[in-house]
Amino acid sequence: MLSINDFLKAIRVTFILWTITAIIYPLFILIFGQIFLPYQANGSLIKDNQNNIIGSSLIGQPFQSDKYFWSRPSTINYSTEENAGITGVSSASNLAPSNPDLIKNIETEITKLRQANITPTADLVYTSGSGLDPHITPQSALNQVDRIAIARNLESTQLQELVKSHTEGRLLGIFGEPRINILKLNLELDQL
Amino acid sequence: MGQGFLQIILTLVLVVIITPLLGNYMARVFLGKQTFLDYLLKPIESRLYPLFGLRMLEATNSTGLQYVKDVIASNLVMGILVYLILMTQGFLPLNPTNLSAPSWHLALHTTISFLTNTDQQHYSGETTLSYTSQVLALGFLMFTSAGTGLAVAIAFIRGLTGQRLGNFYVDLTLAITRILLPISIVGAIVLLISGVPETLFPPVTVTTLEGANQVIAVGPVAHFEIIKQLGENGGGFFGINSAHPYENPNPFSNLVAILAMMSIPTSLIYTYGIFANNKRQAWLIYWMIFSIFAFLIIITAVGEYHGNPLVNNNLLGESQPNLEGKEVRFGWSQTALWAVMTTSTMCGAVNGMLDSLMPTGGFSTMFNLFLQIIWGGQGTGTAYIFIYLILTVFLTGLMVGRTPEFLGRKIEKPEIVLASVILLVHPIAILIPSAITLAFPETLAGISNPGFHGLSQVVFEYASAAANNGSGLEGLGDNTLWWNLSATFSLILGRYVPIIALLLLADNMSRKQPVPLTSGTLRTDTVLFTSITAGVILILGALTFFPVLALGAIAEGFQLAG
Repeated sequence: MLSINDFLKAIRVTFILWTITAIIYPLFILIFGQIFLPYQANGSLIKDNQNNIIGSSLIGQPFQSDKYFWSRPSTINYSTEENAGITGVSSASNLAPSNPDLIKNIETEITKLRQANITPTADLVYTSGSGLDPHITPQSALNQVDRIAIARNLESTQLQELVKSHTEGRLLGIFGEPRINILKLNLELDQL
Repeated sequence: MGQGFLQIILTLVLVVIITPLLGNYMARVFLGKQTFLDYLLKPIESRLYPLFGLRMLEATNSTGLQYVKDVIASNLVMGILVYLILMTQGFLPLNPTNLSAPSWHLALHTTISFLTNTDQQHYSGETTLSYTSQVLALGFLMFTSAGTGLAVAIAFIRGLTGQRLGNFYVDLTLAITRILLPISIVGAIVLLISGVPETLFPPVTVTTLEGANQVIAVGPVAHFEIIKQLGENGGGFFGINSAHPYENPNPFSNLVAILAMMSIPTSLIYTYGIFANNKRQAWLIYWMIFSIFAFLIIITAVGEYHGNPLVNNNLLGESQPNLEGKEVRFGWSQTALWAVMTTSTMCGAVNGMLDSLMPTGGFSTMFNLFLQIIWGGQGTGTAYIFIYLILTVFLTGLMVGRTPEFLGRKIEKPEIVLASVILLVHPIAILIPSAITLAFPETLAGISNPGFHGLSQVVFEYASAAANNGSGLEGLGDNTLWWNLSATFSLILGRYVPIIALLLLADNMSRKQPVPLTSGTLRTDTVLFTSITAGVILILGALTFFPVLALGAIAEGFQLAG
């Protein structure tokens, strides 16, 4: 069976590999990131003119008012509710396609969109994977242009141009999906 | 639909291109040949071995039994260290949100889960674990558990090809210093550039444009993320894993993560080809597995593209893809591709929720967990493929009345017994606890989706534990005493029993006298033999679990269609 010598070896190996993989390696990446890539390393935070943090360019925000482009449904309301606590949260519905609750949720979303005169699209009726999805599809943004034009008293064509200029394409034209960062788009909207 | 499949095909082309490059490199590392990192790492490694207390003779030559002892002793010590860190996290530094220790059974499940390269998580990272626990405890096991799998696979291949098994600690060190760590350093920096954070600051609180109070979790993610993918660990820094924009911010980081996840299990087959001096056989096995893999990707992707008929027919009035639990930047195609890859390679990370996949996706992901060899886990998956090959040699030997031989060595009773143990432990570790849990649906199961899908949720959790995958149908309420302890049972059974059996089998094979190749020898590097192996895999693997698939994903599919 296992001898004392086997355990002594195991303890020595554990300690040495732990030092390499759990201390030296993370520390190197941390220092590298903080020195050379501080923007990304600290969460790609967006600041306003007074240097206050107003969000992250990678994390979505909830939008409900008529003046803004709406974001996707989120089961945790983009980590803004009570249960976000001080840690922040991420979560998905995990509803199966056969679950009646899923159909009920989607009915609610579709009713909400139809009342606002927005043609429902898949990304606006299904909840996102992270609950923090920062993007909507270009089609979903275009479908909201008329509502925002009325609320803000702007030309629809101007907003369509804005949507087009904010569309991020696929990587090399191949990988991923075309998308619009909802926070950046709405920030731009406030600048108009 | 065409564009979605173009993305998938080009990603797979990249995977195939990496295979011979990395496979060749790994073979050179473990054969002790010259590699480009030698001048940098040789001096360090040669100083490490004496520190480990290894004697020279031991470092080159140990028996199968000693290899097993070293695996068990090291894993035990590492597990105790990590369990202690998790249980004392309330007193340790780098805990900006003042988290207290998790319950003893959650800490136990988490420790065993990361120790076995599974990374099944019954918690959310940001709300349960401090930065200390994530980096010093789990991040550590991500390297050693992946390294353990690789070392065992290499020892197994050595045994099959008639060499002595080598020394576990030397193989583990080489796996980390030559393969996992160098790729992780480069990968972590690439991920940092793409936007994955690496910071020790506490969560950021912001006021949103509409005035709500938003709390954004951050942390030392980049270094964790790359080894999570590369080592087939899959345990997310955040609760929602690679769907979280900080773990996987864009299609570029997604591609990096996919290639990291696919590269070692695919390349290891090529590494075998070099060890056995039979690249033809390696490629035959490779393409056999690739074709099953491609089939699963196709049915999953088509299912997601066509979407949910209940929603499309009754509510939307047109065909739209199923985007429940998916992120816009990945869409249906990258999410379907990832789902099949993560369950086939036993990574277990997700970039979209498996619970919300259409039934074809549910079928593919569970099928992967049941078979365990469509690439399979870090190291162990490749070894399981050869268990099927040995079994096929035995079966065909019986059919044509020849002595079964594999790589010029006779397959005898002890080898078949060990191979059967490896194959039987899997259904035992899945079906027995599933049956017990399902017998008490109210008190034990914690099922969140009604109907056929609920059955899948329970079986998936044990299958994921036993296959050391770690993904889950996450609606399941699984942070309970019962789930933590019963899943721990499947984790241990599914990891250590096969590893012990693999090493003993390899040790047996290495001691056999090679039989000379004659015209009567059954060749194992032919298309015919590989096809029979595929048949054996599908019949043995699929039939064992067919009732579960029929009552779960297949029944759900008919329910949705009808």
